[in-house]
Amino acid sequence: MKALCWHGRGDVRVERVPDPSILNPRDAIIEVTSTAICGSDLHLYDGFIPARKRGDILGHEFMGEVVEIGSKVRNLRPGDRVVVPFTIACGGCFFCREQLWSLCDNSNPNASMAEKIAGYSGSGLFGYSHLYGGYPGGQAEYVRVPFADVGPFKVPDELLDEHVLFLTDIFPTGCMAAENCGLRGGETVAVWGCGPVGQFAIRSAWLLGAGRVVAIDRIPERLQMAASDGRTDVLNYEDVDVLEELRALTDGHGPDACIDAVGLEAHGTTLDAWYDLAKTRTMMATDRSHALRQAILACRKGGVVSIPGVYAGLLDKFPLGTAFAKALTLRMGQTHVHRYLPKLLDHIERGDINPSFVITHRASLDEAPDMYRLFRDKQDECVKVVLEPGRRAAH
Amino acid sequence: MDKSRPAQAGSGGHDTFRPTVGQLERLGALTAAAALVAYGASRRSPQGAAVALAAAPLAFRGLSGHWPGSSRGDTRRALGGPRGSHVREAVRVERPVDVVYGFWRQVENLPRFMHYVRYVTNLGNGRSRWLAAGPGGIDVQWDAEVIHEVDNRLISWRSLADADVVSAGSVHFDPLNSGRATAVTVHMQYTPPGGRLGSAFAKVFGRSPEQTVREDLRRLKQILEARELAASGAHVRGGRA
Repeated sequence: MKALCWHGRGDVRVERVPDPSILNPRDAIIEVTSTAICGSDLHLYDGFIPARKRGDILGHEFMGEVVEIGSKVRNLRPGDRVVVPFTIACGGCFFCREQLWSLCDNSNPNASMAEKIAGYSGSGLFGYSHLYGGYPGGQAEYVRVPFADVGPFKVPDELLDEHVLFLTDIFPTGCMAAENCGLRGGETVAVWGCGPVGQFAIRSAWLLGAGRVVAIDRIPERLQMAASDGRTDVLNYEDVDVLEELRALTDGHGPDACIDAVGLEAHGTTLDAWYDLAKTRTMMATDRSHALRQAILACRKGGVVSIPGVYAGLLDKFPLGTAFAKALTLRMGQTHVHRYLPKLLDHIERGDINPSFVITHRASLDEAPDMYRLFRDKQDECVKVVLEPGRRAAH
Repeated sequence: MDKSRPAQAGSGGHDTFRPTVGQLERLGALTAAAALVAYGASRRSPQGAAVALAAAPLAFRGLSGHWPGSSRGDTRRALGGPRGSHVREAVRVERPVDVVYGFWRQVENLPRFMHYVRYVTNLGNGRSRWLAAGPGGIDVQWDAEVIHEVDNRLISWRSLADADVVSAGSVHFDPLNSGRATAVTVHMQYTPPGGRLGSAFAKVFGRSPEQTVREDLRRLKQILEARELAASGAHVRGGRA
């Protein structure tokens, strides 16, 4: 089959690789009909995530048709159309039973590697380095899905791929980010980053009863996309002083909740942002945390800072003293995708949201390397790329 | 040959003969004894006779597996006080204690999660025979007996005489979360028999015996909770599209 393989920083290639096969009784093989490039794939592309190997197949946002199932998979049949959560969960451990699916104890075969860094390992992830299990990803014609009796979620035929594809990651991720804000109704939520996760965090905040949402970015088309719902306020941080604007917008009170949908490759125009850039460029730091610093500074006393943006390593100049002084609550983590699927599918079916609004580019799998470059460089007003591996390739 | 050792290591389903550490060592001792006798005899002198006589303890060791007068396999002597290595590891399994205990008690299940254990044969009466993979394709073997067992609570064991690895240990099963989960705690002591073949067993256990036991317990947990061992399926790929 054809698959998109990682070969080095800024080097991904479409290659012919062996087809996946059933390895365990709870596996399924999915023929991929649609797969997306995630902002977190760019962290791999840019070399921020450790433990990669040449030839690793990338991709963790994918859906398709079940073509083969293992002997213990009872809930699926060949021909079923499913979306697949990017977090791999066994369904039987303490964390799965607590609905903390992305913290599954049993799905990372390289858990001991992650434990050396973090003490404990999170779940395995598709196509996201060997630290998360080394599972081949879904930017391919076929993909093997472990614990297929737990993860894959059947979707109705009436909905197009583009309506449901983002249930695999970014819609639940945006939703969990908003849910982590603990909204009770009427709050002001500020969102850093208007990439796809930021867009879904904004829509989810509205769905969960926010009274006002302020979106922060520097890319005009992304700000425009955020504002296109007719009620989100937008701030371009290259034009305005974000902290002052947020203070003014909230009558000196500060936003009740702040969402960092940027993560470890933040850009900024302030001194600390240039300092971060210099340190990561010279390999003296792993993560650039300008957006998170600003969210902590901007948040009102006693508020919540919710972090769906990915962080990988150690943060420098992290204002924990500020967070402490203001008694902030920080919530974060990989998304417990499984938990959100029925509820969000419901929203889509009822027409509360059409997730396809973030898509700016559609391409074949062969064009994926060009799309990675385009997406990374934010050229051609690119916000979200969907790849369609297309018809079954000749074997 | 000692009758407790199978001539073929393949009785547990292995098709190739792999000598154990004990067998290799005995072969070495016998070869050395034979060489000394041959050398001594070739001298045709009192000194030569003395050399040949000196081969006697080696020959004894080669035939019996231990030096004259020593008593190998006594777990109390081998592991008492500061002797031997100690390992303690625990894991939480989200399954009731009777399920976890029942699984462990079937000794044939143990190689499914104990990485280096090639097979365990139930000999009856609480006795079992173990064969584990060692470094350089050399196996280590020992017999063990259960010395104390409390249903759904505890199993403790020790190795029997002539073990390549003298060991003793226990595994405790404690109910957690109103019986919905189980804490499995392994205590183990072992000693690589005095300096033989560079402490083969220590190498079997790699640099960290704790890590080996921890990984074994992780696999136990995966089998019981997830009903299979996670596998990434990642493999080397090549070729261009």
